[in-house]
Amino acid sequence: MSEKKVILESKKINKYFYDPVKFRVLNDVTFQINQGDFVSIIGKSGCGKSTLLYILSTMDTDFEGELWLDGQSLNNRTNEELAAVRNAKIGFVFQFHYLLAEFNVLKNVMIPGLKLGKYSTKEVEHRAMEKLRILGVADQAMKRPSQLSGGQKQRVAIARALINDPLIIMGDEPTGNLDKHNSDLVFSIFEELTHEMKQTMLIVTHDNDFAAKTDRIIEMQDGSIIK
Amino acid sequence: MIKGLNLSISIGLLRARMKQSVVAAAGVTFGIAMFITLISFMTGLNEMLDGLIINRTAHVRLFNEVKPADLQPIEKSMEFKNGQHFIRSIQPKDQGKEIHNAVSIIEAIREDDRVIGVAPKLTSPVFFNAGTIEITGAVNGIEVENESKLFAFGDNVVEGDSRDMEIINNSIFIGKGLAEKMMVGIGDMLSVSTPQGETSSLKIVGIFQVGLVDFDDSQCYTSIATAQNILGKSAGYITDIQVKLKEIALAPEVAKEYNDLFRVDAIDIQTANAQFETGSGVRSIISYAVGITLLIVAGFGIYNILNMMIYEKMDSIAIMKATGFSGSDVRRIFLNISIIIGVIGGFFGLMLGYILSLIVDNIPFITAALPKIKTFPVFYNPLYYFIGISFALITTFVAGFFPAKKAAAIDPVIIIRGK
Repeated sequence: MSEKKVILESKKINKYFYDPVKFRVLNDVTFQINQGDFVSIIGKSGCGKSTLLYILSTMDTDFEGELWLDGQSLNNRTNEELAAVRNAKIGFVFQFHYLLAEFNVLKNVMIPGLKLGKYSTKEVEHRAMEKLRILGVADQAMKRPSQLSGGQKQRVAIARALINDPLIIMGDEPTGNLDKHNSDLVFSIFEELTHEMKQTMLIVTHDNDFAAKTDRIIEMQDGSIIK
Repeated sequence: MIKGLNLSISIGLLRARMKQSVVAAAGVTFGIAMFITLISFMTGLNEMLDGLIINRTAHVRLFNEVKPADLQPIEKSMEFKNGQHFIRSIQPKDQGKEIHNAVSIIEAIREDDRVIGVAPKLTSPVFFNAGTIEITGAVNGIEVENESKLFAFGDNVVEGDSRDMEIINNSIFIGKGLAEKMMVGIGDMLSVSTPQGETSSLKIVGIFQVGLVDFDDSQCYTSIATAQNILGKSAGYITDIQVKLKEIALAPEVAKEYNDLFRVDAIDIQTANAQFETGSGVRSIISYAVGITLLIVAGFGIYNILNMMIYEKMDSIAIMKATGFSGSDVRRIFLNISIIIGVIGGFFGLMLGYILSLIVDNIPFITAALPKIKTFPVFYNPLYYFIGISFALITTFVAGFFPAKKAAAIDPVIIIRGK
């Protein structure tokens, strides 16, 4: 398995909170994620797992240490460059769906694709429909997000994360708001994506049942990786 | 990036907040419309008053002022050369009102490139005899054709043909007020006497109304030759030379120059009619101030709606940033919203402004002082529309700039983790 390509690598990442007092949230976090890995990060509330995820996502740039994505260093980049990296290489699924209420489901999925500008509008639309079909919500494409159920919204959000064929999908408690049925559904979608499409995934969760079913578990405690 | 994505997102956000967007745009529309209407109306009024006075008055007038001699005899005396002179009861010197060598002065001025035209004039106080009553007034001898061309004399004619003055001997035009006072009309004879006591009988061939009661109640016009006859002066007797310039702003400078060159008194229109300049200026300032205030208020409306929208759309901004929109994209999206409101509001504002101007232009406005004016005067100038739309765009841009900057600075991590 060692010939697998390294997608994401963190080297000695440290992070401090200064309010109300200086507090070390992350403590020399070093790990690698390979192509096709289905990884979950677990740990108690406050152990720094979400903080780590947002550093890895490039949205939080206030840290010490090195971050590499796809063989490129992400240190000392401008916000514009990081935005372009997120657009092209990272897909996000959050606990909340964050769909734009002003646009229909299809347009919501299309927007990051239009932003990337790699394909024409027609192609982006075609690709978005395909992603929606994979996730079983193609029939909802013309509806407004407010007309969808919670599980459907989360599946649309996953379709949006997939639109630019990202190197890695990052999830922050993606099943946190869902009931058991939808939660299982989302997990099976993730599983399918990793196994059939070799999609790399990094999911932060406090749901141990969910984590147990992933290929690799990173457990954190007090800002360090313990397992 | 595919072109227009930011714009289409801006439009999406705008449409989701249609009501507030329309209200904000209506603010801009109203501001611009009022600005244009006010300024067009005010300028119309100014133009009308200018037309009443400034366009019918010489830009530079040459005449002999009644005043003491500049050099008193004692100053010429060698004996008292070194002394301090105290002279009491100086009387103005009688040098006559005649401009000497008027013909060659007129010729010289006509050669000047800055001049549109020159018209000689002869004025003198006279008495109009109506039965036993004498009415004080003045006679103006004019070159009719020149006077009409340069100072729109024809506009003031209520009855009769101004050319008759030149054709018919001993004929005059009298003011409407004067005609009513003396109960005379066209074809009647009018007895006129000069301060020197000479009386002439003149035929009334026309009636004029300038719009200034004092003037219409006391003045009459006749040809220069007739005026010279009445006064018993020889041909060539002229008391005023009126000059009309291409550029009215040059009047003070030209007046000074002629004063030195021809050794006669010269007064420019700005000095003679200072109150009109002041009035026009103040009216313009008021209308600009009101219009710009309205637009600034509209700007606050846009600022408010954008701020509100940003608070409402925190989540959307966060996810856009997470999925690859940079801060400057977000800023552009919100600036677009503001500019769209400005452009649409501004466009309707221009139209509404034009419509309101047309309405004002058709409101009846009849006043005895202004015989030619039937409705409120409105001055249409594309410049006002240009100023209106430019200022509206600047206001909306500034109003949108600060909220947009705030939106650009939103940290998506804080929003997403806060959920």
